[in-house]
Amino acid sequence: MPNLSLTQNHEDPRGPKPRKILSRRNIILYGTLIFVAIYYLIPLYVMIVTSLKGMPEIRLGNIFSPPIEVTFEPWVKAWAQACTGLNCDGLSRGFWNSVKITIPSVFVSIAIASINGYALANWRFKGANLFFTILIFGAFIPYQIMIYPLVILLRDLGLYTKLPGLIIIHTIFGMPILTLLFRNYFTTIPEELFKAARVDGAGFWGIYFRVMMPMSLPIFAVAIVLQVTGIWNDFLFGVIYTKPANYPMTVQLNNIVNSVQGVKEYNVNMAATLLTGLVPLAIYFISGKLFVRGIAAGAVKG
Amino acid sequence: MNSIEIKKLSLNFGEVVVLKDLNLTIEKGEFLVLLGASGCGKSTLLNCVAGLLDVTDGQIFINGQNVTWLEPSQRGIGMVFQSYALYPQMTVKGNLSFSLKNAKLSKDEIEKRVQNASEILQIEDLLKRKPAALSGGQRQRVAIGRALVRDVEVFLFDEPLSNLDAKLRTDLRVEIKRLHQKLDNTMIYVTHDQIEAMTLANRIAIMRDGLILQLDNPKTIYNFPVNKYVAEFIGSPGMNFLKGAILPNDKPTFKLDGGWCESPDLSNYMFYEPIKTETQAWLGIRPENVVFGDDAKNMPVKFSLEVEVVEPMGANTLVWSKMGGQEFRFMVDGNTTLSIGERVTVGFDPVHSSVFDLDSEDRL
Repeated sequence: MPNLSLTQNHEDPRGPKPRKILSRRNIILYGTLIFVAIYYLIPLYVMIVTSLKGMPEIRLGNIFSPPIEVTFEPWVKAWAQACTGLNCDGLSRGFWNSVKITIPSVFVSIAIASINGYALANWRFKGANLFFTILIFGAFIPYQIMIYPLVILLRDLGLYTKLPGLIIIHTIFGMPILTLLFRNYFTTIPEELFKAARVDGAGFWGIYFRVMMPMSLPIFAVAIVLQVTGIWNDFLFGVIYTKPANYPMTVQLNNIVNSVQGVKEYNVNMAATLLTGLVPLAIYFISGKLFVRGIAAGAVKG
Repeated sequence: MNSIEIKKLSLNFGEVVVLKDLNLTIEKGEFLVLLGASGCGKSTLLNCVAGLLDVTDGQIFINGQNVTWLEPSQRGIGMVFQSYALYPQMTVKGNLSFSLKNAKLSKDEIEKRVQNASEILQIEDLLKRKPAALSGGQRQRVAIGRALVRDVEVFLFDEPLSNLDAKLRTDLRVEIKRLHQKLDNTMIYVTHDQIEAMTLANRIAIMRDGLILQLDNPKTIYNFPVNKYVAEFIGSPGMNFLKGAILPNDKPTFKLDGGWCESPDLSNYMFYEPIKTETQAWLGIRPENVVFGDDAKNMPVKFSLEVEVVEPMGANTLVWSKMGGQEFRFMVDGNTTLSIGERVTVGFDPVHSSVFDLDSEDRL
């Protein structure tokens, strides 16, 4: 008998191999993951429960306990009444400033970078590699080196402390990484498609708008996610290149939380912080997969 | 009248010379196939004609007009690519009409031409679909249609069938041939598949290292290859090459390395020049020109061999054996039964053979 060993066994192996749910491997794997997830989420939990408590309840000191009496007053106060310096109109002003900064910055930087990437990937002009190298080199220069020269530049342009000035700054700093992102994506589009479009009589802009762009919606989504979160979260450029009336939300948040006068209103601070984080948080939730793809596309592929 | 004239075309990529001083004239309505192994410069040449690559030197004329500096769209060419290169976000109709919209043709004219092309290619039912919803054969048809609507003089095909499976490839091959017979356009067709070349071409240009080795009709290339490379490239299964020497007696004979019972008489082989001294050479004979059994008895050259491997292919059977230690294959009828180790008599007529110099590998 050739398969003696099989016939001896009453239950021949068949179909998927059975696996125990509570195996050692699973316990260690899921145990670790759950622990890390809790560890990571605790601060967020504390922020949410604190923001829903009144000050007397906070003073009791049980930061982990859920609110006994849920109140949305801190959220209202953070949005509309919290004071920074002499202004007491809450975070709303910063929010609208951030909107006014983010939308044009995202739009302009992506428009320019995608055209850059397209030109570098498809129209192999003389010196294309040199331009690309210079641009990528820009990604490795620390921001701090460029801060002061840019202050002077904006001052001479008459844009220092104004919103358009900050938009220019965001566009400049977004350029290297976004160009890399778009160039890498466009090089993955088969060259024959580009050739076919040329034979079909489409020019530089025709190919960009009618062939390349419609094929590249995923990478545009990735770029939007990267830029919206990056620019919304920016603090450094916001504080340097604008004045108090034009401060973005992050700077205003800092001014509310770090104000030294009066009582520390933890609940308002937590609510303000959550409000500020709401936009990037929403973006992450909407586009989780795309965001990961963007990071991978931009950073790993050279 | 000449449709395409390529004069002294050179192309370098940096230091690498891809095409050198290439001249080629293609008549109106001709189907020319550029054939060669990958890297021989055939696709590069096609891209130069299309205007997708800037040439280093030389001129290209299409319909008597110097197009060397013209954009691809101004050259009066349509091109079909290996990967189909259909615009994925457009419908089939959008793909077909893209070039016409770019050329700012009227709506009625666009409609008319799309209708006409889709009728010819039988893709009328697919007009509203996106390329992703098409099969490989349908995609390639749409790609051909995209060249067709432009109503151009010259069609360029860049390995259009290489991405298709074997069955579809033969189907579309015939369709391309039909299309050519119907439209009577000039067509340049790049391929590495010698069967495609043989079946489609009016003339084949066999390329190697940026040079055209032989430019002639398929029959001549098959029967009179100018050198060993061409002889090897054309024909499947490939030609047998026997190493030996030509002896210039009153009748030229071939002496096989490793011995042969009799030296075959090559007196009815058409040498370019009479052989005056003993010349080291390859004797090339196609497996399908070797006859077997009783037929071999009447052949000027005959000998016996031992069967080593038998490969039945249906209609024919390919037999592998050795001749004086050198590989030798021949074709027999598919119904013949041969056993391994059997000794058989085979023969051939030297008029069907090709003799190449051992060193230069040029035809003698």
